[in-house]
Amino acid sequence: MSEARVGVFVCHCGTNIGGVVDVPAVVEYAKTLPNVAHAENNLYTCSEGGLSSIREKIDEYKLNRVVVAACTPRTHEPLFKNTCEDAGLNRYLFEFVNIREHCSWIHMKAKEDATDKAKQLVAMGVSKVQWLEPQEEYEGDVYKASAVIGGGVAGMTSALSLANQGYEVHLIEREKELGGLLTGVNKLFPTNVDADKMINPIVDKVKTNKNIKLHMPAELKDVKGFIGDFDIIISENGADNEVKVGTIIVATGAQELKPEGLHGYGKMENVVTQLDLEGRLKADKKWIDDLRGITIINCVGCRIPERTYCSRFCCITAIKNAWILKEANPKTRVIVLHRDLMAYGVEFEEYYRKAMEAGVLFLRYNLENPPEIIGDKKPESIKIYDELTDSHLKLPCDMVVLTTPLVSARDNEAVSKMLKVPLGDGMFFLEAHLKLRPVEFATDGIYIAGSARWPVDISESISQGYAAAAKAAIPMSSGKIKVEAITSFVNMDECVACGTCALACPFIAINVVETDGKKHAQVNEAMCKGCGTCAATCPNGAIQQKGCTDQQILSMIDTLAGGL
Amino acid sequence: MSDNGFEPRILAFCCNWCSYAGADLAGVSRMQMPPNLRVIRVMCSGRVSPEWVIKALSSGMDGVMVLGCHIGDCHYIDGNHRTKKRFVLLAKLLGAMGINPDRLLLDWVSASEGAKFQNVVTKFVERVKELGPSSIGVA
Repeated sequence: MSEARVGVFVCHCGTNIGGVVDVPAVVEYAKTLPNVAHAENNLYTCSEGGLSSIREKIDEYKLNRVVVAACTPRTHEPLFKNTCEDAGLNRYLFEFVNIREHCSWIHMKAKEDATDKAKQLVAMGVSKVQWLEPQEEYEGDVYKASAVIGGGVAGMTSALSLANQGYEVHLIEREKELGGLLTGVNKLFPTNVDADKMINPIVDKVKTNKNIKLHMPAELKDVKGFIGDFDIIISENGADNEVKVGTIIVATGAQELKPEGLHGYGKMENVVTQLDLEGRLKADKKWIDDLRGITIINCVGCRIPERTYCSRFCCITAIKNAWILKEANPKTRVIVLHRDLMAYGVEFEEYYRKAMEAGVLFLRYNLENPPEIIGDKKPESIKIYDELTDSHLKLPCDMVVLTTPLVSARDNEAVSKMLKVPLGDGMFFLEAHLKLRPVEFATDGIYIAGSARWPVDISESISQGYAAAAKAAIPMSSGKIKVEAITSFVNMDECVACGTCALACPFIAINVVETDGKKHAQVNEAMCKGCGTCAATCPNGAIQQKGCTDQQILSMIDTLAGGL
Repeated sequence: MSDNGFEPRILAFCCNWCSYAGADLAGVSRMQMPPNLRVIRVMCSGRVSPEWVIKALSSGMDGVMVLGCHIGDCHYIDGNHRTKKRFVLLAKLLGAMGINPDRLLLDWVSASEGAKFQNVVTKFVERVKELGPSSIGVA
């Protein structure tokens, strides 16, 4: 490597920096630092004038390193890196020094201290930049195929969306039929159309789409690889099939909580869950004629200390079925016992009102006074405490419907381990960011849709199915992925193959392999996300992170310790 | 305020995704704080090598802060868990080296916690002021 020739560009940012920090003094100080070939100040380094000055000075002073002291790298680093690149300098030979957010803006009344601090930060940047090396970004091909795990409404939506864009899709369904939880549902809120009428055409489309390869009944057995190049083993008909895909969508759904032991469930006849009820309503409804009273109890097994969450759509399910029961037999008394009723959005409040108009009674109970079912083999009456009127009631009741939450699918843990993606509360899958990245995992190339993430209704499942497909299509449409060169690398001479780094890696990107008879750690650049955790654990300093090597950081500490 | 006239030199390692962003927010919000701190940005608090901390504390720094994402919020799944575990050992090691472990602070600051960043920094500067200058490594 030829000798470093560092260019330092100190930004006034109008008065944002220049009003506090003595920018010309920082520039003069920078000129005294080792290997600084040029230093200047700019009114706004990020303006076209500032950027063209960087480009010109790289050429004029044969600069091979650039330091910009300005604002935060979190917003402006790509701009300056691109500028270096435009001038023919590798974008990784750039270092950003933050003298605005971390200096002038927080020391507005301490101008001298702020100037000293800015000088020192610049000196640290100049030290580090000399140890930076040019980097090539890893570029990999992306298989134009996707695996969708789960053939419920979310998974089918994703599969169809990708297949219709021309991508090959492997749809993996555990059960013998497509449709997931919806296959057991009678009618859909808020339109009260038959669930079959909605789901069957989707199933037909999936089955006849030439781009969709249906694996059913089948289970995911193993996953290896990374974005663009996953090897998946699917266990199907007693055989293992291996397929190659570029992306994976997790749409494994959820299951209804079976509230064994609660309110006589499993012991008494006619104490059923909502899904049990849906099944009974799918058959003829004559049995309802004989019932004097039906009580639906909401929030059974949820919003309690052991299971704190709200399952979101069950209030509307309870309203729907109460209304259907009341319409089937207007003489029967239908009560919905709730703790809070959530009829969110523009449709459901009206739906709730209509159910009330049809004669459904909505009463509020609390956890301290739960309803009590009287009866031996089946309910005969029910004791209810109505919170709003503060009264204890005892009413005839022949049937009790328990509204239970969705709980995570039973194989979430196995799927999470195979894909190396995290589970959160309640063993539901955990997305990369609650607000900003709701249908992606932190691991590239793996996406999520539907109730695998959190209980959602059908329209939300479909929206998320489309969203996950749209996200998965991005790397597949470009056909290439690029990985920022902040990944880890192994110094073969130093590595003793202890495997500590491999254990520390949150992304399973490191393996211990053997090359020419020597065992050593190896980083898979496509899987490495650049956290550097491995580098901090290596007892030998053999594994390092590009742009954040021990040498680079220690040089900053040395400079800082040396003082002004 | 401790008024022994001593201005400690403090180094902080901040992770790119949470604490560095929290520090940025403190700046954007013009939250004033003591100028004793110098920040080195790392991608994850899990990158902070014990060697760096020891080097800093044994070459003239009076205090070192490592600020990461809150547990459960790590951009890299569980990098900060590892930082937390490592710190237990590191504190003991510092003690064995004759460096008061109170000169080291591990805390969590999210990208939305500018005020917490200000608070953590201000309090730590105060704490190190009271500890006085580090006697290690200053020839």
